[in-house]
Amino acid sequence: MVTTEHLRERIPFWRDERVLRAAAQIISALVIIGFIYWMVVNFFEITQQRGMSLSYGFLKEPAGFPIAESYVPYDPTMSFGRAFLVGLINTLLVSVFGIVFSTLLGFVVGLARLSSNWLVSRIALAFIEFHRNIPLLVLLFLWYFGIFTRLPRVKESITLPGPIYINQRGLYLAWPRLTESGSIFLISVVIGVILAVTAWIVLRRIREVRGRETYFGWVSLGILILMPAIGWFGSGGAPLWVDVPVLQGFNFKGGLRLTPEFAALLVGLTTYTAAFIAEVVRAGIQAVQKGQVEAARAVGLRNNQVLGLIVIPQALRVVIPPLISQYLNLTKNSSLALTIGFQELFAVGKIAINQAGRAVPVFLMVMATYLALSLFTSLVLNIYNRRVQFIER
Amino acid sequence: MRATAESIGPPAPPRPVEWVRKNLFNDWFNALLTIVSLGFLYFALVAIVRWALVTADWRPVTVSPLLFLVGQYPRDQLWRPGFSLLLSTFLIGMSWGVWERYVKAFAIFLGILLGVLALIPLETPTITFAVRAVFLVNPLLIYLGYRIGRLGAVKGRHVAMFWLIASVLMVLVLLPGYKNIPALTEVPTSAWGGLMVTLLLAVGGIVLSFPIGVLLALGRRSSLPVVKISSILFIEVVRGVPLVTILFMFSVILALFMPAESRIDRLIRALMAMVFFSAAYTAENVRGGLQAIPLGQVDAAKAVGLTNFHVTTLIVLPQALRMVIPAIVGQFISLFKDTTLVVIVGINDLLGIGGAVLNLSPEFVRLNMEVYLFIAVIFWIFSYFMSYASLQLEKALGVGER
Repeated sequence: MVTTEHLRERIPFWRDERVLRAAAQIISALVIIGFIYWMVVNFFEITQQRGMSLSYGFLKEPAGFPIAESYVPYDPTMSFGRAFLVGLINTLLVSVFGIVFSTLLGFVVGLARLSSNWLVSRIALAFIEFHRNIPLLVLLFLWYFGIFTRLPRVKESITLPGPIYINQRGLYLAWPRLTESGSIFLISVVIGVILAVTAWIVLRRIREVRGRETYFGWVSLGILILMPAIGWFGSGGAPLWVDVPVLQGFNFKGGLRLTPEFAALLVGLTTYTAAFIAEVVRAGIQAVQKGQVEAARAVGLRNNQVLGLIVIPQALRVVIPPLISQYLNLTKNSSLALTIGFQELFAVGKIAINQAGRAVPVFLMVMATYLALSLFTSLVLNIYNRRVQFIER
Repeated sequence: MRATAESIGPPAPPRPVEWVRKNLFNDWFNALLTIVSLGFLYFALVAIVRWALVTADWRPVTVSPLLFLVGQYPRDQLWRPGFSLLLSTFLIGMSWGVWERYVKAFAIFLGILLGVLALIPLETPTITFAVRAVFLVNPLLIYLGYRIGRLGAVKGRHVAMFWLIASVLMVLVLLPGYKNIPALTEVPTSAWGGLMVTLLLAVGGIVLSFPIGVLLALGRRSSLPVVKISSILFIEVVRGVPLVTILFMFSVILALFMPAESRIDRLIRALMAMVFFSAAYTAENVRGGLQAIPLGQVDAAKAVGLTNFHVTTLIVLPQALRMVIPAIVGQFISLFKDTTLVVIVGINDLLGIGGAVLNLSPEFVRLNMEVYLFIAVIFWIFSYFMSYASLQLEKALGVGER
């Protein structure tokens, strides 16, 4: 009886944890809301003074500024919305290519760093240390102002086998393009890849479940060769033609042209991120215990099987999370393109702010786009990450 | 492994021929790689050395090294950054004396760097004897500080207090100044530049963002939904957007949200952006430390009757913060590199000065490579040795060993 009475004794409200918690919540909410309210009030005052508008209606108005590089049809008479789309596509393009190339280069450098050859390992170390200790912006300036704008003139282009021509106006390379009947070939290639992947997954699963050899590797390889071959003959034996750049007058015609800005940005982002990826890869491979490799050899696996079945799957678990953050960094770093005149999302946004005078809506849009890109990338890669992670119990 | 009596002790170093065979030519593939890389190295080195010694024109760098250090800072007011530098190096020396191995590598690196800078044989009118003297005194001051720090009477809390006083002093001396005092005339921040601004932004950014970051990290783990959600929102949004957008927000957009009459200095706005950006990353680093504290510690602290506030400030934070020091140093290094982005909002940091130097004379316009390579080397030296010092610090702290 005494204990229950003791419990019923009223706690003064200033020591009641529930009251304290509620009070803390309300106070912090008030502080945050008050601060936002203060800013919004200021904002409306200023926008009214200057006659700025907050609406997004301007997206339909003509942009009026040119964009040097666009992969969808664009000219200054088109709308602001279109200009943003062009910027977004440029950002995506440089990010996707950057991610692919920096991953390849990063893996090569990371493996070279672990090479038993002392010299190769030192060269990889020099590459890594050079890039990791200078700011990306300085690296971009070195590539763009130091190299890409200092290239020879068109008449004196550097010619590499390919043919690839490098000059002040950019990088010209031969590029395959589809002929009129080329779409048949393209479609059959796509179908072939889908079929091959499906066959690989299904037959491999059958082998795992039934324990019967299904030759999944050979089957999907066969499909991968057969389908494009069918497409090749279906399109009359000439689905592609090679667009070779040719010097005509003062400039090159044809081929694929990369502007110096795009090339400098891509090269800079790629080498910079590759140095970080190399370190990630090195750490991942070193994280696999030596005993694992020895045990795999002891049960009679061949060298490539040791690598493919034992080392890489375990290294991937360590590698993927930091790799994700490197990809995110690369995407965000592509906004530095502004400084060397490649017009991606942020650069387009900045011009739009200067021209349309709608700082806040444009700015919110740019921020939200970057945020969405970051969240989307990390979502996709996190799903993949969850699949490769080791599930404990 | 059991060692016999003879094999105890380090093995004899291998003979050069053996070493080469083992490390460079152990099979045909490695031999091929070695030959290819030797060829590559030879051509690359020859090209680089020839360029650096023959083709390159280093005049933009040598014409006015002081520009790279302090920008347009009035030359008759140079004692102000000089005084701040001397004060900092003295205190760094003192910190080395008190905290020994934790600061040792940083202090020695700084002493050597400044000593070398003072002795570079370069004949330009801008580098006066006084400038050289200021740099030359630094290593001596570091050593003096070290000896004083070693005295038994000097404790860590004294040094911390000195740092606090010194930073107030430095702010007072460096800040735009006062109209009425002739010795401290006004120096508009637009005249500031060079390495000074880069270091100010990086150090200011990391120091000021630290308390905010700690609060955000605690907020993220708070059981109060309002606090928790707003902390998470802040951290994730800031980490999800590029630093450029945040710099831009503070330099352009902020003015629209402040009372119309308020004007914030451009450099201060850039610093605010760095703090804002850095705070989110500090918060994530500190969160890592907080998560590493075993729950038992909190339970034990509560069991002896500490309040929530005391549990956090006396038990959790001291342990967590000690653990995250290396991560914070790493963050400082990347912030140091990221300060270059302030050129986008028109501040003459080290990189911005590079652009300004290129426009000094029409002859310099095409010398981009030389100038930016020089700047890259400066950044490289700083970040490389700070990484090295941070590694030593990590060893001294024994992080990951307990």
